[in-house]
Amino acid sequence: MRNRTKMLILLVIAIIFTALYLFQGLNGSYDYALPRRAIKVLAMALTGVAIAYSTVIFQTITHNRILTPSVMGLDSLYMLVQTVIYYFFGSMSILVINKNYNFFISVIAMIVFALLLYRFLFNAGKRPIYFLLLVGIIIGTFLGSITTFMQVLIDPNEFTSLQNKMFASFNNVNGDLVWLAMVIIVLTIIYGWRVIRELDVLSLGRDNAINLGVNYDKIVKSMLVLSAILIATSTALVGPITFFGLIVANLSYQYFNTYKHSVLIVGASLMSLVALIGGQWIVERIFTFDTTLSVIINFIGGIYFIYLLLKESRASV
Amino acid sequence: MIQVKEITKYFGKKPVVDNVSVNIQPGKITSFIGPNGAGKSTLLSMVSRLLDADTGEVLLDKSDVRKWKSDEFSKRISILKQSNYMNVRLTIRELVSFGRFPYSKGRLNAEDIKMVDQAIEYMNLKDLENNYLDELSGGQRQRAFIAMVIAQDTEYILLDEPLNNLDMKHSVQIMKILRKLVTELGKTVVIVLHDINFASVYSDYIVALKNGRVVKDGPTHEIINSNALKEIYDMDIPIQEMNSCRICVYFNS
Repeated sequence: MRNRTKMLILLVIAIIFTALYLFQGLNGSYDYALPRRAIKVLAMALTGVAIAYSTVIFQTITHNRILTPSVMGLDSLYMLVQTVIYYFFGSMSILVINKNYNFFISVIAMIVFALLLYRFLFNAGKRPIYFLLLVGIIIGTFLGSITTFMQVLIDPNEFTSLQNKMFASFNNVNGDLVWLAMVIIVLTIIYGWRVIRELDVLSLGRDNAINLGVNYDKIVKSMLVLSAILIATSTALVGPITFFGLIVANLSYQYFNTYKHSVLIVGASLMSLVALIGGQWIVERIFTFDTTLSVIINFIGGIYFIYLLLKESRASV
Repeated sequence: MIQVKEITKYFGKKPVVDNVSVNIQPGKITSFIGPNGAGKSTLLSMVSRLLDADTGEVLLDKSDVRKWKSDEFSKRISILKQSNYMNVRLTIRELVSFGRFPYSKGRLNAEDIKMVDQAIEYMNLKDLENNYLDELSGGQRQRAFIAMVIAQDTEYILLDEPLNNLDMKHSVQIMKILRKLVTELGKTVVIVLHDINFASVYSDYIVALKNGRVVKDGPTHEIINSNALKEIYDMDIPIQEMNSCRICVYFNS
């Protein structure tokens, strides 16, 4: 099957799920239910594309297929920010109730954190990118531990409320924020799309990329920042879906079997749409909200992650 | 014209390349030889701006390699390192097409396709061009990478131990191709070699390094003699002349 055909199939499935999600059981409620569903679909599409795009470019510049930007401590930082707010200000504070404040604080904290981390590491001399990854993992674990510590100390009722933040949810996304997130994500992706072909060359490794005239350091830095912005925005919008990027990126590599990032990224994005919108449809209409989508995704994603680890370790023997 | 001027590179506190100055002769094959850890590969990496020198400079046409625009530079000098691990699956043709990236930025035109065809033809890979790299033997893979460098069509071709892990037949094949690149296409080839006899038979010019310093450099016939080799390798190496090739018989010395 040609890649074009595969892409069309995914597109059709995505459109079918979107239509089902939007129009099934609408009962003529065009003024009330439809706009609300449409906002949710938009939020899922934005999150899906942002995660797919940032994971694929992140994995290309770091030359690995297991780690995702969340590993760089971004998900842990998001949880830490939320926990700190609950710890010091409580669940009734304006920072929790006003979603705009919460969104901005989370996005800014995550982007500043990522920039400081990269700046510190890149200024400390030319270090291999693996060093950056390792520091990211360690800082992620460190932040995670502080978060757990604070969560143990807060009031159990507050913790129940905080728990809602620990899993991504599309059920109560804020309409205004979706539009704002859309502007950020679309602009970031348009900016990043200019170097899409350089990314193809980057998958040949650092030395070959430099040999072929790619400005390696500059592209790696700008792509790291770009993926941080995308993940920060989507996480602040709906919450962390740690394993999601891993699934769609790797499925896309397997399904399309090409080095072209234009294909890989569009493919992974379409898979995201199918998984999120289709998944949400199943959760809402079939499981009737007995569970949340992100729990299912993390369950499937976790299993897939273990499968990938086993496969890679066999391949490297 | 490539001029290396007093460059030094430290790994930690140890100078790996220590105040080295070399001029690369255009239109010749220059070999870098020397014991393990002499700094040959590091020197080659600095010439090709894969590594930055700590002090000193490398000049291409009298201007510092770090000041060149990266895509312009990649039309002049190409480098092939010894390990080329990738986590994408490519066919030979796709790999060789990447050689045209400095010119076409990924959108191949008719001229690019012609160059890719020629490079594949040149390395005798026509039959294999749609095979994936991970299905090939070491020699075929190495030829595919050299084909990419040929498609890149640079005046200078730098190769870091291209004979590594190759058997005699493939080693000779590759050295003959490099010779052809110099005589037929007028390229300048700089190559790091471990096997001193390949250096002796195929190179025009030899730079011998030891402990990060240049101990000898000159035309091949000045380097391949027992006295000079003693200084480079600390071994007594008798030289035999056969069919006008000087062969170093180092196996039992």
